[in-house]
Amino acid sequence: MKILVCTSNVPDTTTKVKFKEDNTLFDDSGVQWIINPWDELALTRALELKEDAGNSVDEVSVINVGGAQTDATLRKALAIGADKAFRIDACAADAYYVAGQIAAYLKENPFDIVFSGIESSDYNGSSVGAMIAEFMNYSGVSSVTSVNIEGDDVILYRAIPGGKQKIKAGVPLVAVVQKGIAKEPRIPAMRGIMMARKKPLEVMPAKEMEMLTKSVKFELPKAKGACKMIDAGHVEQLVELLKNEAKVL
Amino acid sequence: MSVIAFAKNWNGKFKNSTYELVSYTRNLASQLNTQLIVVSIGEVKEEELKSLGKYGAERIISVNDPQMNTLTSRVYAQVISELAEIEGADTIVMSDNESGKAIAPRISVKMKAGMVSAVLELPISMNPFVVKKGAFSGKAFEHVQIDSPVKVITIAKNCFGFTENQVDVSIEEFSPNLDAALFKIQVLEEEKQTNKVNLADADIVVSAGRGMRSPDNWGVVEELADALGAATACSRPVSDEGWRGHEEHVGQTGKVIAPNLYFAAGISGAIQHVAGVSRSKCIVAVNTDPEAPIFGVADYGIVGDVMEVLPKLTEAIRNSK
Ligand SMILES: Cc1cc2nc3c(=O)[nH]c(=O)nc-3n(C[C@H](O)[C@H](O)[C@H](O)COP(=O)(O)OP(=O)(O)OC[C@H]3O[C@@H](n4cnc5c(N)ncnc54)[C@H](O)[C@@H]3O)c2cc1C
Ligand SMILES: Nc1ncnc2c1ncn2[C@@H]1O[C@H](COP(=O)(O)O)[C@@H](O)[C@H]1O
Repeated sequence: MKILVCTSNVPDTTTKVKFKEDNTLFDDSGVQWIINPWDELALTRALELKEDAGNSVDEVSVINVGGAQTDATLRKALAIGADKAFRIDACAADAYYVAGQIAAYLKENPFDIVFSGIESSDYNGSSVGAMIAEFMNYSGVSSVTSVNIEGDDVILYRAIPGGKQKIKAGVPLVAVVQKGIAKEPRIPAMRGIMMARKKPLEVMPAKEMEMLTKSVKFELPKAKGACKMIDAGHVEQLVELLKNEAKVL
Repeated sequence: MSVIAFAKNWNGKFKNSTYELVSYTRNLASQLNTQLIVVSIGEVKEEELKSLGKYGAERIISVNDPQMNTLTSRVYAQVISELAEIEGADTIVMSDNESGKAIAPRISVKMKAGMVSAVLELPISMNPFVVKKGAFSGKAFEHVQIDSPVKVITIAKNCFGFTENQVDVSIEEFSPNLDAALFKIQVLEEEKQTNKVNLADADIVVSAGRGMRSPDNWGVVEELADALGAATACSRPVSDEGWRGHEEHVGQTGKVIAPNLYFAAGISGAIQHVAGVSRSKCIVAVNTDPEAPIFGVADYGIVGDVMEVLPKLTEAIRNSK
């Protein structure tokens, strides 16, 4: 089986967010880019499945729709252990467009399992994975917290309100993964970094496709009022404030 | 033209988030001067369907089919898109939860409709259609314009509240023609914790972090949650250590929640933690360190030891009832 992990390139989670051009564009000066945390976990799980001798996974590749600035994170994915990396050279500004590009690639280069993360930590779209599934007319399972391969079947757990469901699905399949899918993301080792230099990072032109949405403006949240401090010896005051001032009890 | 709201049920019952969705779409349809159609999929009793009338659902289309009781995103997306075609709907709205996240993107592709998820208020403008959503994990807001004729949005929990608007309800049944091949996913088992308050729906959440020092100390957290009728949650290291289950982890890489009241006990308030809770209406922090960043985002704070403060709080809450 072949697994494709969709990876988006996002600002490091501690980045102080700033905008430019009258708050219409994200200011990426000085930003440290990382693999979207869920995609990193998805890649980790894909590699675990490949290493598990009982499984028949023979290739784990990563794909990104983006500009040349994402090559560094794709190289990191290769250093962590991905076999190949693909980049579709385009500006990833709309989920429909991004999913459409990945689907167009998949139509020519089929994979059995496609992993995507539940959301990109920058634009928080939560949509690319399920869109790929629909473009491809594949089954999809979302909110996935665990994936295993048993013979020809994929066994997954998906989170539901207050619990989980165990699901059996065939391939091809898109699994939109979240917390739990792998314990800790892998970090590249020296050997991995050396090997990554020899692995293929293929850059492909984008297909002609429409964008259906566009970002028009950003706002920063209003500064929060000061925190009201209550003496640890008088917690009943807090209860009173929660009742009568905040009106949340 | 019309607005379609997809009213998800859980074992035949609607939740507050469903009533919020109906309130939101009722307002949206009025502003667009068009009809609201509420779609329900799976077995739901007539009386439950009628409860949506309190928030302005005049016309309900019910796909009352037991085959569709569990979510299969392909099937649900197929049914909703088919109805949208028949009814000439141009705006499709659902709640931003597990099912909305799975279905809305599929409808977007089927109908070539631009999609925005976790919208925070009524559209900023109708023409062009611009909505506001969170971006950068709670660190900013983004205004997104949808340019396609058909639009799909999901709305964030607690973005709108409820507006009562009692109307008479008409219920129509709809039986879609579905290809059996769409039901390829098979649910083998289901595990549910029925006795606990569900974190995603909870109005009050009591959350604790590494400041608890040991999983053996969680009794005081559960007592407080019990006194408040709250759900329990935790920071990431707590679930990574296995002190608490993964389903309790909130934050950027865990659950994103928006309760009315969030208690953070022994949590430092790292930016990735705050990303998951910053939409809470009111945040209370208990921490021994007066410089802890959590006090920068909290509304109320107590400097003190969780093991002393939480039991006192529990008592004060029980006494106040
Ligand atoms: C990519 C990425 C994603 C992440 N995602 C998340 C996420 O989703 N959620 C998340 O929570 N974290 C996340 N983190 C981790 C985050 O950066 C912090 O490390 C984590 O939130 C800290 O957890 P904590 O507050 O429980 O522990 P600590 O930072 O160790 O804080 C413990 C706090 O307890 C206080 N304390 C100690 N003893 C007591 C006492 N007796 N009484 C009261 N207070 C006491 C201390 O003063 C301190 O403020 C992420 C990190 C990265 C890099
Ligand atoms: N530009 C992109 N290139 C490749 N994969 C992407 C891209 N954007 C999003 N994804 C995938 O889709 C998931 C959800 O992203 P989003 O829908 O943007 O929130 C991410 O976790 C990635 O797996």
